[in-house]
Amino acid sequence: MYLFSARDIVKKFSNHLALDKVTLNVPEGSVYGLLGPNGAGKTTLLRIINMITAPDTGNLYYSGRPLTQKDIFEIGYLPEERGLYKKMKVGEQSLYLARLKGMSKNDAMQRLKYWFEKFEIQAWWDKKVEELSKGMQQKVQFVTTVIHNPRLLIFDEPFSGFDPINTRLIKREILDLKKKGATIIFSTHDMGSVEELCDHITLINKSKTILEGDIHEIRHSYKSDIYELGFKMDPMGVMNELNGNFEIVGKNVSGTVHYLKIRVNPGFTGNDLLRKILPEIEITSFHEVIPRMNEIFIKVIEAQDKKQS
Amino acid sequence: MPAMNKTGLIISREYLTRVRKKSFVIMTILGPVLFAAFLIIPTWIAQMEDQGLTRIAVVETSAYGDPLPDSLQFFRDVIPDRENMQFDYLTNMRLEEMLRTYEATDYDGVLYLPQSLVSSGNRAVVEFYYRKLPSVSVESHISGSLENHLFNNKLIVRNIPADLIESLETSVSLNRVSWENWPEMVEDATDLKRGLGFVVGFLIYFFIFFFGAQIMRGVLEEKTSRIVEVIVSSVTPFQLMLGKIIGIGLTGLTQFLVWLILTFGITTVAQQIMMPNPATVATELNTPTNIMENNVIHEVPSQTGMENNAATGVMSGMIRQLGQINMPYLIIAFIFYFLGGYLLYGSLFAAIGAASDNDTDTQQFMLPITIPLILGMFVMINASMNPSGQLAVIFSMIPFTSPIVMMARIPFGIPFIEVLVSGAILILTFTGTTWMAGKIYRTGILMYGKKVTYGELWKWIRYKA
Repeated sequence: MYLFSARDIVKKFSNHLALDKVTLNVPEGSVYGLLGPNGAGKTTLLRIINMITAPDTGNLYYSGRPLTQKDIFEIGYLPEERGLYKKMKVGEQSLYLARLKGMSKNDAMQRLKYWFEKFEIQAWWDKKVEELSKGMQQKVQFVTTVIHNPRLLIFDEPFSGFDPINTRLIKREILDLKKKGATIIFSTHDMGSVEELCDHITLINKSKTILEGDIHEIRHSYKSDIYELGFKMDPMGVMNELNGNFEIVGKNVSGTVHYLKIRVNPGFTGNDLLRKILPEIEITSFHEVIPRMNEIFIKVIEAQDKKQS
Repeated sequence: MPAMNKTGLIISREYLTRVRKKSFVIMTILGPVLFAAFLIIPTWIAQMEDQGLTRIAVVETSAYGDPLPDSLQFFRDVIPDRENMQFDYLTNMRLEEMLRTYEATDYDGVLYLPQSLVSSGNRAVVEFYYRKLPSVSVESHISGSLENHLFNNKLIVRNIPADLIESLETSVSLNRVSWENWPEMVEDATDLKRGLGFVVGFLIYFFIFFFGAQIMRGVLEEKTSRIVEVIVSSVTPFQLMLGKIIGIGLTGLTQFLVWLILTFGITTVAQQIMMPNPATVATELNTPTNIMENNVIHEVPSQTGMENNAATGVMSGMIRQLGQINMPYLIIAFIFYFLGGYLLYGSLFAAIGAASDNDTDTQQFMLPITIPLILGMFVMINASMNPSGQLAVIFSMIPFTSPIVMMARIPFGIPFIEVLVSGAILILTFTGTTWMAGKIYRTGILMYGKKVTYGELWKWIRYKA
C-alpha cells in the first residue's frame, strides 16, 4: 500500500524541463530517499508534493485517492531554505505555524510543550528568533514541521546546516517518527544517511528518474562479485596462490591484518575462493563487498551523462 | 479547518505583530503631533516673522533732493506705525546724509520719498535702503499706505469727493444655486465641498502609498527570511497574500483612526490656547506685558472682535452647510473607494515585493504604480475646482485614479450612475489585479537571485496554476 504516489509528473519552466515523467511510489511507514545532483529537480518535485506548485501534467495520489488541499494538514514540510519570522518570538511563532496546519490552540500548546521539553528548548519560548543561533533556529523549525503529527513528512536536505550532534538528533527523530508510523520522504546529498535511514530511493538526474527501488535490492544489484578477505600472514603467499579465476582488485593493511579485495570470475563462488586459500592462511574476516550508495550514485550519474554527451 | 479561518489567522498575525510593534505605538502617538505641527507651525511661523520691531527712517525731500522741514513734508505720518513696525519721519535731512550716518543709527531701513512722487502717473517706484531685508508684510504696508495716500491726493486734485468713488464701487460675487435644489434657494456650500473632497481624496492617496509600501516590505521580509515556503505549504499563496493585504489594511485603519482623533484633539486644544475668545482678549490687552508676549491678540480690540465674529460666522456657516452634504453617502463612498483603491494598489505592491529580492530591486517596478497615483492626485486638485469637467469625469472612471478623483467629486452630488459605473470598473479591476498579482506572487516568492524583467512577470502571469 502506497501512502503517496506521484505518476508521470512533468513540470516545465520557461526555459527548461524540470521534471520529465517522474514517478514516485512511497510505501506507508517507509523512509524514502530522493537523491540526485544539484539542479536535478528534487526541490521542484517536493514542492509539487506539497502542492506549492502544480505539475503541468501527471497525477498525485494520497492514500489511494487524488491528493487534495485538505491533505496538506497531514503533511509536514521542512524546506531546504529554512526560515522563520526573525522578529517574532519562538513560542508565538511555533503556535502560529501549528495553527496554520489546522491545530486548535489547545492541542498546539500541548504538543509544543511536549516537543520543547523533548528538545530541551523551553527557555527559548519568549526569545525572538533573531536571538537564536542558526542551529537553534533549525531545531525550532524541525519542531514546527512535526508538530501536527503528520502522516507524511517531507524533508528537503534535512541535515544541511546542522552540526554532527544535531544531525544525529534529527536522524534519531526521523527513525523514531517512522517507528510511530509516519512515512518520510527526504532529499539529500549525504549518501551515508541514505544507507542509514532509507528503505527506498529514487535517483533523479537531469529531470528524469534513473534509478529507483528498495535500497538493499539496488545495492545488491550493483555488486560485482567482489569479496573482502582479512587475514594475518604475509600476503605474497596468498597472492601467488590465486590463479586466473580470482583477481585481486585492492589491498590494504591495518596493523597486522591484511585486507584483499578479490573479484571472483563468473562460474565461481566465494566458497571456491575460501576453499582455495583456507589451508594457507589465518582468516580474520570474509565478506562480500556490497557497493556503497555513494559509488552507485556516481557510477549511475556518470554513465547517464556520458550516454547523453 | 476551512480556508477562511486560515486567512483569518494570517490577518490576525499581520495585524497583531504590527500593532504591538514599538515603532507603531510611537508613530501612532507621534503622528498626530507631527500632523498638528503641520497645521500649527505655519501659523506660528507667520507670527514669528512679524515679531521683532522693524524701525524705518523716512526721508522726504523736495523733487530736487533738498531737505524739508516738517511743515513742508507731504508724506508726513502717511505710513502709520504697526505693532511691529515703527516709522520715524526725519526733518531737514538729505538722503546722502542719512545714508552716510546710517551705520551709527539703529534703523533697519531707510525709505526715500522725493516729492516728485506726487506727480507720478500710474506707476511709481520708491527706493528703500535696507540693512535687513524687510518682510513682505512691511513692504506691503508701505506700498499700500502710499498708494492710498496718492489715490486720495489725485481725487482732491481733480476735485472728486472721496465718497463718490466709494459709491461707484460694486463688488460682485456669484450665488451658486444648484438646479437640484431649485426653486428652493439653498445656501451655497461649494467651498466646503471643495475642501472636503480634497481632504478625503488626499487621505486615500496617502493611505494607499503608505500602507501599500508596508505590504511590499512585508512580502519582501517573508521572502528574504525564507519563511514563505513553510507558510505556503500550509496555505495557498493567494490566501497568504490576501491575509497580508487585509491585515495591513486593518493596521492602517486603526492607526488612521487614532491619528484622526488625536489630531483633532490636539488641534482643538492648540487653537483654544492660541486664539482665546474676544472677551478675554479685551481684558488681556490692558496689561502691556501681554502685548509683547502675544502678538496675535495685539490688534485694535474692536478689530479683533470683528475677526473673531467673522471666524465664528464661518464656522457656524460650515456646520450649517454640512447639512447639505449627504454624510452617510460620503462615508460609504469613502470606505468603498478607500478599500477598492487599497486592494487594487495593495495587490500590485504585493506583486512587486514578490518579484524582488531586496529593496533596491523594488525600485524598477515602482514607477508604474507611483505615476498613476501622483497623476490621480493632480487630477483630484483639478476635479475639486471643476467637478463636472471632462477631465474629472474621465479620471474618476479610470480605476487607477478613480478612488482619489471620485472622492473629490462626490461631495458635489454627481449623478449616481457615474459612481455606479466607476465603482463597477474599480471592482472588476481590483479583482483582475489581485488575480494577476496572485500569479506573480505565487511564482515570485519562491524565486531567488534572479533579476526579474517585465517580460518575466508576463510569463508568470500566464503560468498554469
